Amino acid sequence: MHEMSLCEGVLTVLEDSAKQQGFKKVKKVWLEIGVLSGVEHEAMLFSYDVVVKGSVADGSTLEIIELPAQAWCMQCMNEVEITGRGEPCPSCDSYQLQISSGDELRIKELEVE
Amino acid sequence: MCTVCGCSEGETTIEGAAHSHSHDHEHPHDHSHDHSHDHEHHHHDDKTHDYGQGPAHAHAPGLSQSRMVQIEQDILGKNNRYANENRSYFAEHAILALNLVSSPGSGKTTLLTKTLTDLKDTLPLSVIEGDQQTANDADRIRETGVKALQINTGKGCHLDAHMVGHAMEPLAPEDKSVLFIENVGNLVCPAAFDLGEAHKVAILSVTEGEDKPLKYPDMFFAADLMILNKIDLLPYLNFDVEKCMAYARRVNPSIKIIQVSATTGEGMDTWYQWIQATHQIAMIGYQPKLAAVDADAKAA
Ligand SMILES: Nc1nc2c(ncn2[C@@H]2O[C@H](COP(=O)(O)OP(=O)(O)O)[C@@H](O)[C@H]2O)c(=O)[nH]1
Ligand SMILES: [Mg+2]
Ligand SMILES: [Zn+2]
Ligand SMILES: [Zn+2]
Repeated sequence: MHEMSLCEGVLTVLEDSAKQQGFKKVKKVWLEIGVLSGVEHEAMLFSYDVVVKGSVADGSTLEIIELPAQAWCMQCMNEVEITGRGEPCPSCDSYQLQISSGDELRIKELEVE
Repeated sequence: MCTVCGCSEGETTIEGAAHSHSHDHEHPHDHSHDHSHDHEHHHHDDKTHDYGQGPAHAHAPGLSQSRMVQIEQDILGKNNRYANENRSYFAEHAILALNLVSSPGSGKTTLLTKTLTDLKDTLPLSVIEGDQQTANDADRIRETGVKALQINTGKGCHLDAHMVGHAMEPLAPEDKSVLFIENVGNLVCPAAFDLGEAHKVAILSVTEGEDKPLKYPDMFFAADLMILNKIDLLPYLNFDVEKCMAYARRVNPSIKIIQVSATTGEGMDTWYQWIQATHQIAMIGYQPKLAAVDADAKAA
């Protein structure tokens, strides 16, 4: 699945910033992944180890911070939290939801040396 | 696969693109392939900033040289930038780009060849064929007389925006044309990769489960049109069309749904009306002079 190419995207950013910031080694990477982003954490962790082998991030740890999804329920006029698209409002069961967040795929910060 | 460059360790091949740079290259793309759309491979990395070893970061071990670097970058940022370059190229040339996505075997190629045959006399058309189900789908397309370019993604599970950008020069879609992009048969990965298309069109056949929109909500959320294909088979199946449409609207209340049979032709007129209408929208504001001046400047 596409976790492999996402990890390659992560590595590109790591390599670019290693050059810009002048660090030699990445020890830990924090990613923010929304619950609606369609990313499987296990696959991401597995792909990461494979992709960073032999790179500036070889042997580094990947830390995934899962971000919740927020939606506005047009039925009960509440800001609610959901865990998937196509799910009903947790307080009134309506499907009339406007999803406002949850598809994040971001590199947040790095520990480097 | 290289997400920056879209060229997967020699696996991705784009017909006629002669794109064979080695992958120890340090991006940014110092190789000089000509992109028809003149994109520079920007690096918007200036957002990166270093805030050293703040005391708030207890996870930075005290004695080592460790420090924290705050990055705040979108993992798909590069693909999204290529997609935006494609999108402005399409806008400038009034090209309607449609990204066709489905599971393997839902009927993308069949729908496409039928569509090309029926529309080629009324609209300029071209095809990017990214589906790897059969090696020579592009030949099936070319038999209709419409120009097509095959992109073999190798083991890749989706097309990305940079591959599509590279395809523009060898394919050379006309101004005011419709460009169909048949994506890899997969309902997961192509949802995440914007190609710069005007619309994603999700094809679902009635031989699949009616709950597919719920199982793959990201794709049905990303699509503007759902084509329910193979309706000629409905009499032989237990497929609840109403339920399927309700599920699709549950994940995407504004999705449009068309029922067709690509083999009998039933319902295809509605699909063609949708293409004509969105093509009209793509042509609004088109300035042929601008494009011509651009071409002159390039020739000079
Ligand atoms: N009965 C029926 N079969 C179809 C229809 N559309 C496609 N098929 C068949 O479904 C199979 C897969 O079609 P294809 O176009 O290769 O699917 P793709 O993998 O999405 O490109 C082929 O055997 C087609 O003949 C349809 O409308 N009705
Ligand atoms: Mg196909
Ligand atoms: Zn509610
Ligand atoms: Zn390239």
